[in-house]
Amino acid sequence: MVALGRALKEVENQTPLGYEIIKHTVTKKGNAHVVGVTGPPGVGKSTLTGKLCRFWADMGLSVGVICVDPTSPFKGGALLGDRIRMQELAKLPNVFIKSLATRGNVGGIAASTGDIVQVMDAFGKDIIIVETVGVGQVEFDVMDVADTVVLVTVPGLGDTIQTLKAGIMEVAAVYVVNQADRPGADESVSDLQMMIEESAASTWKPSVLKTVAIDNDGTEQLLDEVERHKEYLKETCLWVGNRRERNIKQLFKVIQNSFKQQLNEYIETNGELQKLVSQVGEGKLDPHSAAEDIIANLIRKTPLGGN
Amino acid sequence: MSRPIKVVMAKLGLDIHWRGAVAVSRMLRDEGMEVVYLGNQFPEQIVNAAVQEGADVVGLSTLGGNHNSLGPKVVELLRKKGLEDILVLMGGVIPPEDIPALKEKGIAAVFGPESKIVDIASFIRGKVS
Ligand code: B12
Ligand SMILES: Nc1nc2c(ncn2[C@@H]2O[C@H](COP(=O)(O)OP(=O)(O)OP(=O)(O)O)[C@@H](O)[C@H]2O)c(=O)[nH]1
Ligand SMILES: [Mg+2]
Repeated sequence: MVALGRALKEVENQTPLGYEIIKHTVTKKGNAHVVGVTGPPGVGKSTLTGKLCRFWADMGLSVGVICVDPTSPFKGGALLGDRIRMQELAKLPNVFIKSLATRGNVGGIAASTGDIVQVMDAFGKDIIIVETVGVGQVEFDVMDVADTVVLVTVPGLGDTIQTLKAGIMEVAAVYVVNQADRPGADESVSDLQMMIEESAASTWKPSVLKTVAIDNDGTEQLLDEVERHKEYLKETCLWVGNRRERNIKQLFKVIQNSFKQQLNEYIETNGELQKLVSQVGEGKLDPHSAAEDIIANLIRKTPLGGN
Repeated sequence: MSRPIKVVMAKLGLDIHWRGAVAVSRMLRDEGMEVVYLGNQFPEQIVNAAVQEGADVVGLSTLGGNHNSLGPKVVELLRKKGLEDILVLMGGVIPPEDIPALKEKGIAAVFGPESKIVDIASFIRGKVS
């Protein structure tokens, strides 16, 4: 556990050693079932994650949990409070929980999430659960790290679901109406079911389940459904195909992030380009022409392998 | 340090008082730190969490009188795992006469009632680099 803890600390902080760890674990990943748990703030994601985790841990599986909470935009700090809903897991030796702050990343997870998943996977976790921050309409990056996404909502969020609609139909493998002890659960279930039927594109038919996470009600059915989705992925070869796609997507994400960073540094330290920047600042030059000039100056193709 | 400092904060043992732990957690967040709040936990679980989270600092809040029995245990378990570089702080209601012994056993500092967050934060920044 200490070794994994240390490795993840390096990866989380994107240190040079962290990159080495990522390089050396890339061929060792691919075994763990990665389950994403997402949904609006406060619906019970952490509580549900804790219950699922408990089942798997009791079966003797080795479980990793990654909980993401937002970084405060003002001071850069974060209060990571998901563990408080998973206190019963603290004594289990086969559960490893890592809390991550978004550190400015939009999309519902931290930028390092994919790498953290990889390292946990390489260290032999059978199942890795990723709990996102409370999401609104557009934060579905969890798709890019998880095999099976569980979307959690609560009764009375009909309007929220409507606004989510555009995104969620492609995202989730299982829908959960948690806090079903509150009124309106059945309506929420049928609303969701209707939406799923409208968008019957895939061969996988997501189910809509009711749970009361605090009472561990309906959670076993959720577990079964998540397992069933894993079987489906394996039978249809999507298990491998989706991972391939995710790996490539990750490459482009890394390129973009790294490019953005290098680009900003380059422009900031290049006197010529700074002149263009200040002309735009003073309103003497329009941003489109300046951008065109700057990009033309930047793109000088170098052969692969050299830089 | 360019990355945020990571703090694991717990209420020690069964101590019921939560105001101080929560207030300090919030204030450290506002100081730019990442605070993992555990709620009530015993030393073994606190140390496991610190390992998993990659903590730089472990904060223990206690107002219930268990500081002598449980506080040094956290330091001891961290040392057993080779993690003596993690800073262990205590806060809450702790009689002044108990503080020297706690420090001797590896508690880096003790912050009592009315402690100012600037002092806590600058102490942490001074030690973690
Ligand atoms: C409110 C209170 C309660 C409430 C708690 C509810 C809650 N919201 O937390 C209730 C009524 C439940 C309660 C219960 C008890 N209480 Co009481 N309680 C208090 C009281 C009046 C205030 C505590 C408080 O909230 N302070 C406000 C916060 C913000 O201050 P703080 O916690 O001290 O935190 C500051 C610092 O200490 C420090 N800090 C705190 N934690 C940490 C952690 C780190 C890492 C750092 C760096 C700093 C830090 O920073 C904070 C900001 O400056 C104190 C009296 C007092 N003057 O402290 C007694 C007091 C703490 N309680 C006491 C006792 C004895 C009890 C009981 C045992 C009583 C009983 N016999 O049932 C029970 C505890 C049961 C249990 N299992 O723990 C005693 C403790 C005596 C001791 N330790 O020697 C006190 C001191 C009262 C007294 N003078 O006798 N209590
Ligand atoms: N009534 C009821 N309350 C629940 C249920 N599940 C969780 N809760 C409560 O809902 C609150 C939020 O639960 P969390 O598990 O922290 O929710 P979350 O979605 O992880 O929250 P964020 O991570 O902050 O977005 C807590 O007070 C839980 O105890 C449920 O089934 N019924
Ligand atoms: Mg949560």
